Amino acid sequence: MEIATRKEGGATVVSVKGRIDAVTAPEFEKGLLALIANGDTKLILNFGELEYISSAGLRSILTMAKQLKAKDGKMFFADLQRPVKDVFKISGFGSLFKILDTEEEALRQI
Amino acid sequence: MAQFPTNIRVQARLDNLYTLLEFVASCVKRQGAGEQRIRQIDLVMEELLVNIFNYAYPERPGDVEIACRIDDAGRLMVEIADEGVPFNILTRDDPDREAGIEERTVGGLGIFFVKRLVQEIRYRREGGRNILTLTVDSAPAEP
Repeated sequence: MEIATRKEGGATVVSVKGRIDAVTAPEFEKGLLALIANGDTKLILNFGELEYISSAGLRSILTMAKQLKAKDGKMFFADLQRPVKDVFKISGFGSLFKILDTEEEALRQI
Repeated sequence: MAQFPTNIRVQARLDNLYTLLEFVASCVKRQGAGEQRIRQIDLVMEELLVNIFNYAYPERPGDVEIACRIDDAGRLMVEIADEGVPFNILTRDDPDREAGIEERTVGGLGIFFVKRLVQEIRYRREGGRNILTLTVDSAPAEP
């Protein structure tokens, strides 16, 4: 898993590549919680190159979402690929979060 | 490519996750599954295995064994066995998938994925082992 972060407008775009599974989720969560603690509370997660996510990754996302909610923050998701889209759908995360087709669209709406 | 039947036995710990996933992926591939189906079975296996890593052996290290075989009807059967504390994951309640962010948990979500993505799953306790038997078709499940 690789995580790349950049600021754009008032938002922070986090691009995640590879897999968020039981092995990599702790690193993903640690990185994102550090951003949130640092005051980056408008997050766009670009999952265009994310191949796979399991419930371990969803648990991390939920932890982040709870922290963001306490800080009045926002977290949008962009460019979900098929396997990740399926997992969001089955878990009901698809209706819990705002999911946009592209990063540009997410940047416009956040 | 794996020849059937085939099996692998390793210590039940997270370090071994990718070895076990690769083993099962090679079985599924041999049955003609495509990329989408392989990822689905990766997910099924991760959820079941991580559960075993976390809960089967609270007091001592132990093994997990996976066996792949073809049944009489030509379907792939994947059997996962551990010698840990008796536990039937199939009895877990389905998660609340409607709850808002504050009340939401992901407990039970793993096994919910499993039930949605494989054709059949059975549990039995036999000879001091927890044994899960999955029937796995090579076509992707429609989530």
